[in-house]
Amino acid sequence: MAEIQNFTMNFGPQHPAAHGVLRLVLEMDGEVITKADPHVGLLHRGTEKLAESKPYNQSIGYMDRLDYVSMMCNEHGYVLAIEKLLNIDVPLRAQYIRVMFDEITRILNHLMWLGAHGLDIGAMTMFLYCFREREDLMDCYEAVSGTRMHATYYRPGGVYRDLPEQMPRHEYSKFRSRKDVDRLNENREGSLLDFIDAFADAFPGRVDEYETLLTDNRIWKQRTVNIGVVTPERAKALGFTGPMLRGSGVAWDLRKKQPYEVYAKLDFGIPVGTNGDCYDRYLVRVEELRQSAKIIKQCVAWLRENPGPVMVDDHKITPPERVEMKGDMESLIHHFKLFTEGYCVPEGESYAAVEHPKGEFGVYLVSDGANKPFRVKIRAPGFSHMAAMDEMVRGHMLADVVAVIGTMDVVFGEIDR
Amino acid sequence: MKSILQTFLLTELLGGLRLTFKNLFVRKVTLNYPEEKTPKSPRFRGLHAQRRYPNGEERCIACKLCEAVCPALAITIDSDVSEDGTRRTTRYDIDLFKCIYCGFCEEACPVDAIVETRIHEYHMENRGENIMTKEKLLAIGDRYEPMIAADKAADAPYR
Repeated sequence: MAEIQNFTMNFGPQHPAAHGVLRLVLEMDGEVITKADPHVGLLHRGTEKLAESKPYNQSIGYMDRLDYVSMMCNEHGYVLAIEKLLNIDVPLRAQYIRVMFDEITRILNHLMWLGAHGLDIGAMTMFLYCFREREDLMDCYEAVSGTRMHATYYRPGGVYRDLPEQMPRHEYSKFRSRKDVDRLNENREGSLLDFIDAFADAFPGRVDEYETLLTDNRIWKQRTVNIGVVTPERAKALGFTGPMLRGSGVAWDLRKKQPYEVYAKLDFGIPVGTNGDCYDRYLVRVEELRQSAKIIKQCVAWLRENPGPVMVDDHKITPPERVEMKGDMESLIHHFKLFTEGYCVPEGESYAAVEHPKGEFGVYLVSDGANKPFRVKIRAPGFSHMAAMDEMVRGHMLADVVAVIGTMDVVFGEIDR
Repeated sequence: MKSILQTFLLTELLGGLRLTFKNLFVRKVTLNYPEEKTPKSPRFRGLHAQRRYPNGEERCIACKLCEAVCPALAITIDSDVSEDGTRRTTRYDIDLFKCIYCGFCEEACPVDAIVETRIHEYHMENRGENIMTKEKLLAIGDRYEPMIAADKAADAPYR
């Protein structure tokens, strides 16, 4: 009789459900996984080393490109670490803007996750519903920073520019009636804040739509319930953070446990799962969408009432305004100094972590007193989630691997760095 | 009893299908792309351009701030004294393949010479066309000056 052997196969790196460049070496016993070995590094770009060769501010743009679906949150971790070393206090308005855009980013990320996760396990149209809302949020990104994704908007000491008073509008064209264009522009008549406010009002209704399509759907449940179960103890031991940890029932959220910026002043809840399976993690993330909309509403209300500076007024760290720079010799010197040499950061080390949509995103900085970091270490949440791959899929069927990859919300930009 | 009924009547599946059916009659959110475009903000960071003063003089004085601040090292500048005795660039290259469109060059430029425009539709057909030379940058600047000036004026209060 022929000996029955396990079958080893590659899942990825060009598999559409592998979320980018994950290469998973699976050992199969028929349809059942006996071992999963994730191979990472195909998207390694050396961001940490790159950041060590440049003045502090120049690496902000590279942080966007780590987790390329939650751009501003990455920047946030990086600028917080620098601010900690510099020991500066950011103006309150800048803090609110950052929190608002962190939450917008969280919605962006979760929508991308929901769409892709749905697509992976058979709910094809989710992608389209999610991208409808993503488009509006991308417009917010563009209005404030000038790019739809890689914003480079946060700066040590605040944010680059204040929110614009006018939202960009659709132009009239001969391919659409004027009335139709006016309808498209309805939300865009006012400022960016009006646009975001209208979005946050409408968004819970949109989440209801996603839930109608998925939450009770028996096919969705068959694909997710009891798949990739992680107990709270194991989740903690494996270094899970974010929705992966909360899905297992551990109420750990950096926004509550060690509030940074103005999270302590805001009213929001953190959803927690019970079973620690893919379905619970789905529920947690969907509830986070609603909570984020709630936080955004509060930030908009505050920002409307309180105009003010969005940058620290210390021209050793932040460049002076352009009008000043053009008229005043000292400002011009500061401007030249900052854009060539940058600023020197006192010797020391700091670790700053933010509650990134995927978990705890931390940046560990070591400074030797120069204008470049001596060492940058990025703690990517996805990396420790990826490490649990084997444990989560062992004993499941091949098709469940896709569900588990989806539920981890892996993005290779941050895992490989 | 209720759950058994739900199981056999496929209520949740029909609910989902109803939403899908409703969306058949909802206005489309898509735009017909090449004809219509999504709105773009004056802060948009697209293709680079070099500007001139209204009298036709180049703005750039080869201070090399943009070269120094560029994180991707995409800008290369050589400078010399020009015929009228002013300091000018003899070479100003931006490698579009290296550029990460962070907007630092625009932010750093003390005379608003290098700007990023709202042009985002461009392509290259031959090797080497990714290098934006000084001539190309100035040509873009000349061609779109009204648009660039309007965008910069709209954003000036925030910078």
